[in-house]
Amino acid sequence: MPDVSDFILKLQRRRIEGSHATARQTAELLRSVISQTRMPYTNQAAALLDAVRAVGEQLIAANPVELAVGNIVRRVLHIIREEDLSSSAVSFEGLMISEKSDDEDDADHKGGPVLSAAAVAAAARSTLRPRSLQTLLEDGPLPAAPSKSSSAGDSEGKSKSDKSAVGKRLKHSVIEAINLLIEEIDDCYEDISEQAVEHIHQNEVILTLGRSKTVKEFLYAAKQKNRSFRVFVAEGAPRYQGHVLAKELIQKGLETTVITDSAIFAMISRVNMVIVGAHAIMANGGVIAPVGMNMLALAAQRHAVPFVVVAGSHKLCPLYPHNPEVLLNELKSPSDLIDFGEFSDCMDFGAHGGAPLMHVVNPTFDYVPPNLVSLFITDTGGHNAAHMYKLIADYYSADDLVIKRKSTSSN
Amino acid sequence: MAQKKGGKSAASDDPEELARMPLQAVLLADTFNLKFRPITLERPKVLLPLVNTPMIDYTLAWLVSVGVEEVFLFCCAHAEQVKEYIGNSHWGQSHAGFSITTIESNFSMSAGDALRFIEGKNVIRGDFILITGDTISNMSLTEALQAHKDRRKKDPDTVMTMFVKRSKPMPLTHQTRLGNDEIMMAIDPETKQLLYYEDRFDSSKRAVTLDKSLLADNASLYLRTDLEDCCIDICSPEVLTIFLDNFDYQHLRRHFVKGLLHDDIMGKKIYTHEIDSSYTARVDNYRSYDTISKDIIQRWSFPLVPDVLYAGNRAQMRLQREGIYKAPDVTLSPSVRIGAFTAIGSGTIIGENSSVSNSVIGELCTIGRNVSIDGCYIWDSVTIEDGCRLSHSIVCDGVHLHTGATLEPGVILSFKVEVGQNITVPAYSKVSLLPQPSKQDSDEELEYADTNSGVIDSPSIASISPANIEHDHVSSFDTEQSVLLEGGLSGVGYIWTSCETGNEEEWRYSVAPIPVEKLKEFYAKMFDEDESSSDGEQTGITHSGELISESKSTDFDDSDGEYKGDVSKFEKEVEETFERALGGVAEENVQLEINSLRMSFNVTHAECAGAVFQSVIKSAIIASNSSKSNLLKATIDAIERSKGLLSYFITNVDEEIEVILKFEEMCMEITREFAPIFSSVLHQLYDKEVITEDAILKWESEKADADESDKVFVKQSEAFLKWLKEAPEEDDEDE
Repeated sequence: MPDVSDFILKLQRRRIEGSHATARQTAELLRSVISQTRMPYTNQAAALLDAVRAVGEQLIAANPVELAVGNIVRRVLHIIREEDLSSSAVSFEGLMISEKSDDEDDADHKGGPVLSAAAVAAAARSTLRPRSLQTLLEDGPLPAAPSKSSSAGDSEGKSKSDKSAVGKRLKHSVIEAINLLIEEIDDCYEDISEQAVEHIHQNEVILTLGRSKTVKEFLYAAKQKNRSFRVFVAEGAPRYQGHVLAKELIQKGLETTVITDSAIFAMISRVNMVIVGAHAIMANGGVIAPVGMNMLALAAQRHAVPFVVVAGSHKLCPLYPHNPEVLLNELKSPSDLIDFGEFSDCMDFGAHGGAPLMHVVNPTFDYVPPNLVSLFITDTGGHNAAHMYKLIADYYSADDLVIKRKSTSSN
Repeated sequence: MAQKKGGKSAASDDPEELARMPLQAVLLADTFNLKFRPITLERPKVLLPLVNTPMIDYTLAWLVSVGVEEVFLFCCAHAEQVKEYIGNSHWGQSHAGFSITTIESNFSMSAGDALRFIEGKNVIRGDFILITGDTISNMSLTEALQAHKDRRKKDPDTVMTMFVKRSKPMPLTHQTRLGNDEIMMAIDPETKQLLYYEDRFDSSKRAVTLDKSLLADNASLYLRTDLEDCCIDICSPEVLTIFLDNFDYQHLRRHFVKGLLHDDIMGKKIYTHEIDSSYTARVDNYRSYDTISKDIIQRWSFPLVPDVLYAGNRAQMRLQREGIYKAPDVTLSPSVRIGAFTAIGSGTIIGENSSVSNSVIGELCTIGRNVSIDGCYIWDSVTIEDGCRLSHSIVCDGVHLHTGATLEPGVILSFKVEVGQNITVPAYSKVSLLPQPSKQDSDEELEYADTNSGVIDSPSIASISPANIEHDHVSSFDTEQSVLLEGGLSGVGYIWTSCETGNEEEWRYSVAPIPVEKLKEFYAKMFDEDESSSDGEQTGITHSGELISESKSTDFDDSDGEYKGDVSKFEKEVEETFERALGGVAEENVQLEINSLRMSFNVTHAECAGAVFQSVIKSAIIASNSSKSNLLKATIDAIERSKGLLSYFITNVDEEIEVILKFEEMCMEITREFAPIFSSVLHQLYDKEVITEDAILKWESEKADADESDKVFVKQSEAFLKWLKEAPEEDDEDE
C-alpha cells in the first residue's frame, strides 16, 4: 500500500511534527487500511486485527519516540474488538440495527427498541473493560447482563450464520468508530479548553514552559470567558518555543511575562498554578514532556503550587515508562545549543587521541514522575495521576499492549 | 552557442516558468580522485559505509528532504555497482519522493567531463543543485534557493551560489578538521558575492597576494580563512554551457570557480551562502571520514543519525547512554567493555573481555576474546580472532585478522585481506588484495577500474581458497614489485606504497589522529616563532625605556619585532658609508648620508655615534695591516682624520659614554687586538677632544659596581683616570 510506505517514510524522516498531527494522520491511515482490507468469511475481526497490527508495527518502528502512533494503533485495535463483540451480540439477538457506534451518548438518545441492543453492546464492552465505578454506573439498568452476554458473544463468534452481512457491518461500524476517533482528536482542544474557567480564576498568575497548543487554547478559552489573569512563560531552551507562545498570547490580549528557564525557581512563589502540555502520559501517571519540565514540577512541589498537565486523550499511552519497548527520549542535534562554526576547533578529532573533550547533549524530553503531577486535564475531564490506569483501561484492551509479539505469534 | 544560452536565460527569467520548474539535482557518484585508494578499486566511494550506511544514502536523503524532484545520478567508475544499489534500494521506487535517473559515462575523468556529458544529454531545464555523492547535510535550502532566484532575476550573469560554513582551521597544522587545506575567500559583505577563492592558502605565511583591482573595485571586502566549502552549489543552467565552452575546465573549484573569478570578460558572478546552524560536510579523505563519522555519532547531522531510519533500508540501531548505538540483535559477552561513542551493527558477536571504544562496527562481524578496538571503522562480515589489537584503522568487508594481529594507527585494510598470526601491520599502511597499479595508470582511476573490473566483480577471488590466492600473489610478487604482507601461512594482500602523497604527509589525511610527536613538533615550531617575537618585544621595550628622553623615537615600539636585526644592519651600512668616505667623499655628504641612514633605520643618536666610532676603529685596523706596532699609530691617524665626523655625531655626554662602551665591547669581541692599547686610545680620544673628561669619569663610576671581568679596561686605564682626576684644576687654569 503506497499510503502506508509514504507515511512510514515521513515518520522515519521526522517530517511529521507533533503528537496531534501524528495521531490524526495515523488514524486516517488506519481507516484507509481497514477499508482496503479484504474480508474473509470466517473470523473477520481477526483479519482486521492482523491487518492493523501488521501496519501498526511498522508505524511504531518508524518513529518509536512518537508514542501517539502506538496509542492510535492500539485504540483502533480496541475499537475493532469492541465492534466485533457488539455486532456479534446484535446478531445473536436477531436485531438488525444498521447504525452502531461506540459512543455512550448514542445509546442514551435512542428509543426503547434500540435500548436492548445498546445495552447488550454496552455489556459486551464491559467485558473488555475491567469493572470500575464509572462502568458500573453506566451499565446500571442491566446489572446481570455482562456475564451472560459475554459468554454468549464468545460462543457466537465461532458460529456465525449470516457472515457476509455481519462482515460488512463490522467493517462499516469500525470505520464509523474510527471517524469518531478522528473527530475526538480534532475536538480535543475544544473539549479541554471548555474546562478552563473551572481551573483559572480571576487575578491568578499562571506559569507555563515552552509552547503547547493545548495550553494555548486553554488560556485563550479562559480569556474569552473574561477571566483576567497573568501568564509567565518560561522560554523553553534550547528551542525557545516559549517566545512563540508569548507572542501568540499577547495577540489575544493576555498579559504575558517571559522568563528564562533558570528563573523558574525565583518566580514560582508568585505563581498560583502551573499549566503545561505533555508529549505523552504514561500508564502510571508519569508524564513525558519537553525538557526542563521535571525541574519545573519540582519547583512547583517545593512551593506547593498545583502542577496541571493538559493533554488530549490521544497522548494517553498504555505503556509503563520502565518498559524497555518505550523509547523515552530523542537526542537532537547539538547545533541548537552551540554554534558549530564557533566551536569547531574544540571538536577536532585530529588531536587529543581521536576523541574530542567536548560533548554536547541535547535531549528533547523529560520524565515527570506521577507524584509531582497534581491534576491531568484531558478531553474527558480532570483526573488524578493515580487514576490514569482506569482511563487507560477505558481506551485500550490489555491484549494490545505489546503489538509486536502478538503479530509474530499470529503469523 | 550564444543563441542557445540567450534563449535559455530568457526562458528562466520568466517568473512563472521558474515557479513550476521541478527542482533538479545533479549528483556526481564519482569523486574523480584517488584519495580512497585502494578501497575504491573494488567499490565506488559513494557506496562505502559511513556509520553503517552507504554515503549516497545520506546525500539522497538530504535531497529528498529539501524537496528535490528529479535527481540525475552520474556514475562513472563502478557504474554497475551504483546502478545495482540504487535499483535494489527504495530510492529507485515510486514512493521515494523523487525520480532518479542514472547517467552513465565511462570516459569522464573529472567533474568537468561529467558536466559536459550531462549538458550533452540536454536534461537540465532550470536551476539545479550540484552535489557529490559523499556529502552529508541537514541544511534547509529554501532560503538560499529563493535568494539565488532573486539574484538571477536582477542579474542574469549570476551563475552559481556556493554554500560555505564557518569552521575554524587548526592553528597548528593549518588544515581544517575535515583534513582539507585552508581556504581563503574574499567575499563582498553586502552582496555576498565571491570575489576571490584560493583553496591552497597557507596561513602560516601570514601574507596574501591579492589582485590590485580587487581592492580598487570593491568598497569593502571580507577576507576569510575560517570558512569551509560545503561542496554543494546551486547552479544555473549556464554552468553547463560554461563547462562546454571551456573544455579544459576539469576541477569544479580549481578550474571553474577560479576561472570565472579571474575572467572579467564573461562577467559571470558567483555568490556565497553561509549556513549557520545546520551541518554540512563532505567525505573527501580518510581524515574527514573519521571526523564525519564521529559527527554523525554525536548527532550533528540529525535527523541523519543511526537510530533514525531516514534511508529505510538498514536495520535500526538504538541509542543508549554515552552515545552508544546498538542494533537490537547484537551478541555481547557480559565482560565486553563498550566505550562511549560507538556504533555496533546487527548480527555482530563480540567475545569475552574485549573492549571497543570510539569505533563503528558493521553488521555480521565476529570479534573474538581479548580484542581491543579503539577508533576503528570495521565494516561488514569482518572476522577478528582472539587477542587482536586495532587502533584507528579502517577494516573493509570480509577481512580476516588471525590471532594476535595488530593494526597500528592509520592502517587501511581493503576488502577480504587476511592478516596472519601475530603480525603487526605498520602504521599508515594500505593493504589490498589487488596489486598497486603502476605509476602511469594511477592517474586515471577510471581507466584502471575498467580494465580490472572483470577481475574485481568476478566471484572467482572469493571462491579460491586462501592458499591459492597466496600462491598467485607470491608468483606475481616479483613482477609487480609490490610487497606481500609477511603473513606467514595465512596472510593475503599487498602492501601499497603511498604514491600520491608523500609518506611524510600521510598522517595529515589518515583516519588516525595526528600523532602526539607531530603535534609537539608543530607546537614547538609555533612556540619558537612566538618566542622570537616576544624576544623582539622585550628588546624593544628596554630600548624604548632607555630612550624615553629621545623625542624622535616616538613610533619606536611599532618596529620592535625586527629591531635587533636593524641595529646590526645599520652598523654595517654606516661602515660601508664610512669606507666610501675614506675614498674621498666630502665630509658633509658623509654626515648627510649617515644621518639619513639613522632616520631610515630609526636608531638613536647614541647608537649612531657608536656605529660611526666602530667604523673609524675598523678602518684603523685595515690601515694598520694587522701589525700590532702600527695599530696605535693607525688608530691615532684614523681618529685624527675623522675627527670632524666624530665630533658631529658625538655631541653630548650620553653619546660619549656610548662610544666608550662600544669601544670596550669591540675590544672584548670583534677587535681583540685593541685590547692592549685600550687606555692609550682612550687617551688619544681625550686629547683630540672627541670625548670629554666628564664622560670618562662617568664611565668609570658606571663600571664601579660591575663584575671583575668587566673591569679589565677600567683597571688598564687606571693611570690615565688618576691623571684625569688630578688634572682638573690645571685644565681650568688653562682655559
